[in-house]
Amino acid sequence: MIWCAAVLPNTNTNSMNRWFSCFLFNIVTPAHIVRLYDRFEALDKEKTGHLRPQDFGAINRLAMNPIGDRIIGAFFSPGQETVDFHSFVRILAHFRPADKKRPKDPSMPEPVNSRTSKLKFAFQLYDQDKDGKISRAELLQVLRSMLEMQVTEEQLESIADRTIQEADLDKDDAISFEEFRKSLEKVNIDHKMSIRFLR
Amino acid sequence: MVGLIFAALLAFITRFTKKVRIIEPLLVFLMVYLAYLTAELFSLSAILSMTFCGIGCNKYVEANISQKSRTTVKYTMKTLASIAETIIFIFLGISAVDKSKWAWDTGLISCTLIFIFVFRALGVVMQTWVLNWFRLVPLDKIDQVVMSYGERVPAKDYFVATTIIVVFFTVMFQGLTIKPLVNWLKVPRATNRKPTINEEIHERLFDHCLTAVEDIAGLKVEFDKNYLSKLLREYRKSELWEVYQKINIRDAISVIDQGGNVLTSARLSLPSMASRASFPEVTNVTNYLRENGSGVCLDLQVIDNVPGAKVEEESETHHFLAGNLYKPRRRYQSHYSRHFMTVGDHRERQDREIFQRNMKSRMETFKTTRHKRLTETRRTRRGSDVKEQDLNDKPRRNVSWQDKDPVVVPVESEDEKGEHLEPEKEEDVGITFVARKVPDTPKERPKSVPAGLEVCQSPSMAPPSPTCSERNLPWKGGIGTLPVCVSMEATKIIPIDLQQAWNQSISSLESLASPPGPVEPLHPRVSALSRLGGQRPVSYSGSGVSGSGFGSRGLGEEKEEEEGALSDQEQELQPLMSSSVRPPGPPPPPPLAQGLGRRRNPCVYLRSLVTAPPPGSEPLARSRGPTQL
Repeated sequence: MIWCAAVLPNTNTNSMNRWFSCFLFNIVTPAHIVRLYDRFEALDKEKTGHLRPQDFGAINRLAMNPIGDRIIGAFFSPGQETVDFHSFVRILAHFRPADKKRPKDPSMPEPVNSRTSKLKFAFQLYDQDKDGKISRAELLQVLRSMLEMQVTEEQLESIADRTIQEADLDKDDAISFEEFRKSLEKVNIDHKMSIRFLR
Repeated sequence: MVGLIFAALLAFITRFTKKVRIIEPLLVFLMVYLAYLTAELFSLSAILSMTFCGIGCNKYVEANISQKSRTTVKYTMKTLASIAETIIFIFLGISAVDKSKWAWDTGLISCTLIFIFVFRALGVVMQTWVLNWFRLVPLDKIDQVVMSYGERVPAKDYFVATTIIVVFFTVMFQGLTIKPLVNWLKVPRATNRKPTINEEIHERLFDHCLTAVEDIAGLKVEFDKNYLSKLLREYRKSELWEVYQKINIRDAISVIDQGGNVLTSARLSLPSMASRASFPEVTNVTNYLRENGSGVCLDLQVIDNVPGAKVEEESETHHFLAGNLYKPRRRYQSHYSRHFMTVGDHRERQDREIFQRNMKSRMETFKTTRHKRLTETRRTRRGSDVKEQDLNDKPRRNVSWQDKDPVVVPVESEDEKGEHLEPEKEEDVGITFVARKVPDTPKERPKSVPAGLEVCQSPSMAPPSPTCSERNLPWKGGIGTLPVCVSMEATKIIPIDLQQAWNQSISSLESLASPPGPVEPLHPRVSALSRLGGQRPVSYSGSGVSGSGFGSRGLGEEKEEEEGALSDQEQELQPLMSSSVRPPGPPPPPPLAQGLGRRRNPCVYLRSLVTAPPPGSEPLARSRGPTQL
């Protein structure tokens, strides 16, 4: 922990406590942190210790990604203009493989990389206005960005309608987080949303 | 080792078998046999060499050979395997009852059996332990047990009887009990459940998300296999396209069978085709084909009727999604390195501000990374479309990427041809497509119609371009090796075997096809086409998302292609222009009608284009090197 503090001169003690909690649950190891810090510094071209959206935008391949923008946005907490290293790692920690053997203890806070947290992260990608529901319009937006250009508006809308129809259980024409989770219960989220940080 | 050498050789050779598809299966078998013989020659393990040959070349050969060849090889192998198995077991049975050869030793046999268990389990455990270092999802103990139990390689033994007993035991006992054992251990079985729409969409989102995060975290290792793939894999314009086209064909067939009563939900409309209206029910063509996994089967009697429009709707939507959802960049890019032609384009459309902001930095990085991205150009092509556009535009044109009058200046020097061809190509995505296609067409397709159709498929991704003329006129681009590049291309949007199916589907679709019109003189066509070009700036990109649209659009694209040949300027920036406009829908009928008439002429038309380069193509004299490895 101490040498980590040396590596990360910008973090304050509060963050350090949070680091500790990360370690405690073994989500992100020190080796990962170092690697990610290198990456953080590589992205942070002006060495301010914070990342701005432009820094993310500099990643070429992200521009090829239909939802790259949203992902970038997900790194920033609402109202914040920059991302510090702690938040950076925290968001990336979402993508660690979940620990299946962790006993389900309701008193402890849900670890960042559990299935629920991953789903919540994905849900937030859809739900930009953070009202807890994916409205039809939001769904349309995402669909529009993910589908190729020759798709007409009608087709888009029909797909969106279908999606909502399939998932919406309480018939409010929007997908809440619970409905979202239920519709994906058979999908192996852990496999789909995990990356293996190279050791 | 011998096997691997032959695998590499085989993969390399199959890379060039575009023109001689018929010998591909033969080639595969012969090379494998050759591997066997060579190993025998050196007193090495021949069987292992064959095994490794198969393993090594599997991926590359599969990509290189045609669908038919693939099927041939697969079924021949299956047949041979079952024949061999039968013979072996016959001999086994015969020798079992032949008492003269028996020598029974209980101790030996029981020891052997025990050892089999133990060592097999140990071996599996060791291997999986090693593998677990590299796997994301570690194999459970359960999986290990199953794997060790399932091993049926009989242990070698001096005594024939022991061997026989062992084999009997493994085959019969374990073969019979493995199924209940698996059930008992509750190993999660692979389900064939079709994912719901929701799941499909969300899964795709997750994939994109993951890709993005990987990029952000910078964890992706530069994939050296790119080089290997480059070397061994045939140049394929787009595998995604082929799959996409297959899906389209299936959809078309299903639409035909429905007699044009297409799903209202998907709003796919097609003028109903009387020819197949006799099939009353919704057919299950697409599902049937999907299950078979083989090429298009037009034997409609084989197809069962699927009850309910909802199911059909669902499958249509699935196809629609499958064809239209952007595919994220995979971790292992061997097959899929040429994806994403439209992704970048799409991004440009939606996130222009980001694009503009990043353009400068991208220009530099693109130039430097171009080498690395040679194999990824397909993927980045669209994205880099405008980037490259601007990249090249800055020195050459005034750019906003809505600029409709690009002035193309031939630029690339030959030494940089390799790299620059890439951006050039990227600028006119469709151009490269078409360019490559057409020269092959006259050579390979005796019929003009399929050629035309084939050609008309190609522009679906991008603006058809005048490169058909340029391509064949090396002096134009100033790139001497252009013909060489072309010969190396040998790509088709639709594989030959599918073209016929496509052909048939088109012909059935167009039951109202007018008789082929005469070859019209160039000029009226030019004017007509350029007139039309203005109307449909975008529809080139739509190659008929689904069966309904594609019929009309296919012809529309053909038209596009023709007109594109002439009105370059428009085509140039069509990928760009299209970004701001969503296609309104299927192209208006008039072009359709005209397209029908001209359907049979594209090849002729193109040939005439080749011989008499239209003036419009002059400005496009920029090197349109279609080569891309």
